[in-house]
Amino acid sequence: MGIIKASKLGFDYFKYNEEGEDPEVFRAIDRVDLDVQEGQFIAILGHNGSGKSTLAKHMNALLVPTEGTLWVDSINTSSEEDLWKVRQKAGMVFQNPDNQILGTVVEEDVGFGPENMGVPTEDIWERVEKSLKAVGMLGFRDKSPNKLSGGQKQRVAIAGVVAMKPKCIILDEPTAMLDPNGRKDVLKTVRQLNRQEGVTVILITHYMEEVIYADNVFVMDRGHIVMKGTPREIFSQVEELQKYRLDVPQVTLLAHELRKAGVDLPKGILTIEELVNALC
Amino acid sequence: MELKDVTYTYSPGTVYEANAIEHINLKIDEGQFIGVIGHTGSGKSTLIQHFNGLMKPTSGQVLYEGEDIWAEGYDLRKLRSRVGLVFQYPEHQLFEIDVLTDVCFGPKNQGLSKEDAEERAREALKHVGVPEDLYRKSPFELSGGQKRRVAIAGVLAMNPKVLILDEPTAGLDPRGRDEILDQIKHLHEERGITILLVSHSMEDVARYAGRLIVMNDAHLVFDDTPREVFRHYRELEKMGLAAPQVTYIMHALKERGLDVDVNATTVEEARANILQALGKRTSRLETEDTEDKRIC
Repeated sequence: MGIIKASKLGFDYFKYNEEGEDPEVFRAIDRVDLDVQEGQFIAILGHNGSGKSTLAKHMNALLVPTEGTLWVDSINTSSEEDLWKVRQKAGMVFQNPDNQILGTVVEEDVGFGPENMGVPTEDIWERVEKSLKAVGMLGFRDKSPNKLSGGQKQRVAIAGVVAMKPKCIILDEPTAMLDPNGRKDVLKTVRQLNRQEGVTVILITHYMEEVIYADNVFVMDRGHIVMKGTPREIFSQVEELQKYRLDVPQVTLLAHELRKAGVDLPKGILTIEELVNALC
Repeated sequence: MELKDVTYTYSPGTVYEANAIEHINLKIDEGQFIGVIGHTGSGKSTLIQHFNGLMKPTSGQVLYEGEDIWAEGYDLRKLRSRVGLVFQYPEHQLFEIDVLTDVCFGPKNQGLSKEDAEERAREALKHVGVPEDLYRKSPFELSGGQKRRVAIAGVLAMNPKVLILDEPTAGLDPRGRDEILDQIKHLHEERGITILLVSHSMEDVARYAGRLIVMNDAHLVFDDTPREVFRHYRELEKMGLAAPQVTYIMHALKERGLDVDVNATTVEEARANILQALGKRTSRLETEDTEDKRIC
């Protein structure tokens, strides 16, 4: 069993009328099977409302399944007494950095998680230092988070999760509110954590360029996983992706267009280098 | 609209004193589609809030149709219905009981009768592609992209001549992004509305804007067509920005000897240009081929 495994996962949202009666049922995810191996970098794509955030929230038990089961490191997330164990193993980073930072000083903010877990004080400082170093923010440890840019705040938020020593980090559109530089820094940080520390990464994003480094990509639509494969396998199906309201990186799109015009190119080109090598 | 030597200073006279924008001179003609880029904190949000009088310059002048908007007796209310501003995540500002009522709020505030306001609202909703069966729904029941569109309609219903949008596509899926931008383009073309689009996506401004303004450290550093601005991609990178991926592709191809136009900024341009360059290469190879045969 992988680090995150879902079996026939289903989740219903209920919408009640003003009297709190007659709930309308809305199925957000439906019969999702998933098996993520430890150390993998997984990307989840899908249009707004496709169910990807709902799925992500199951991975650290912010939501528990209506149907089926989800295991994090073999712990069933539906078992209430294991809730904190699950959240320690799987940490979550959200879209808006301003909603995730509590401390008035960067290092305090990062120390919040381990302190909450009951880690002894001297160990907390060690973890804080190590985590800030891992995200490249050690130089800002005694600064106020208010003075940081969006990308820096987001890296502090990631450090806050890393300090809890999770096996898995789930990032729900962590770069949606950032400028190009902030986006690059956050993505680099996430890749490093995955490569060097072996942390399993689940990245939800609308930016197709961020997906090309993933080991595997899942595409969601109407609560189902409708496509899965390596980035190359996924991005060679341009029309299929467009059907799901997604697109491909510009370089992939350009290669696809050139291919359609009769230029002899392989399918699923992902980087500029690949395109240039194929053309020249 | 015109900014004349505009400077805005935060917390003047304190230790936190800092210029958010400095000595900005900028003239915007009616009917333009302008992209505004700059890293977080470069001053672009401060800049755009000067156009409808939400911020008052510390020094310098803001003119609308030749009139100083900070002159005594100037009707700022009227200005704000002429120059509509759509903030980031505008759907957070939806509050009414249903979609139509929410969009009616602006025109009603302008003093229009209920019927006239509703007519404007319907027109605005149609323009941004919100289907009629959603008009009586609560705005909170809609999807992210739909909410965003309703919020834009709310500003549009005031019949502005200028529409300023601060990252209108942040957080939307690719198709939602294209739909909103296509509708903005449509508004620009059909209703002649002047558009100022603040964006973090170089690809989007390259595709839609005819003129591109770059802010960096409180200064206006570039003001030209996207094509010309993206020629300076190395400098843009130093400012935390970039060029569209296509530009990098074209440079890489050129370096490897393919005779392409390095200033292409959209996929369509690049496609046509590469095909042309490849065509040249093939025909040259063919001629060489025939020549070879002749020699043989």
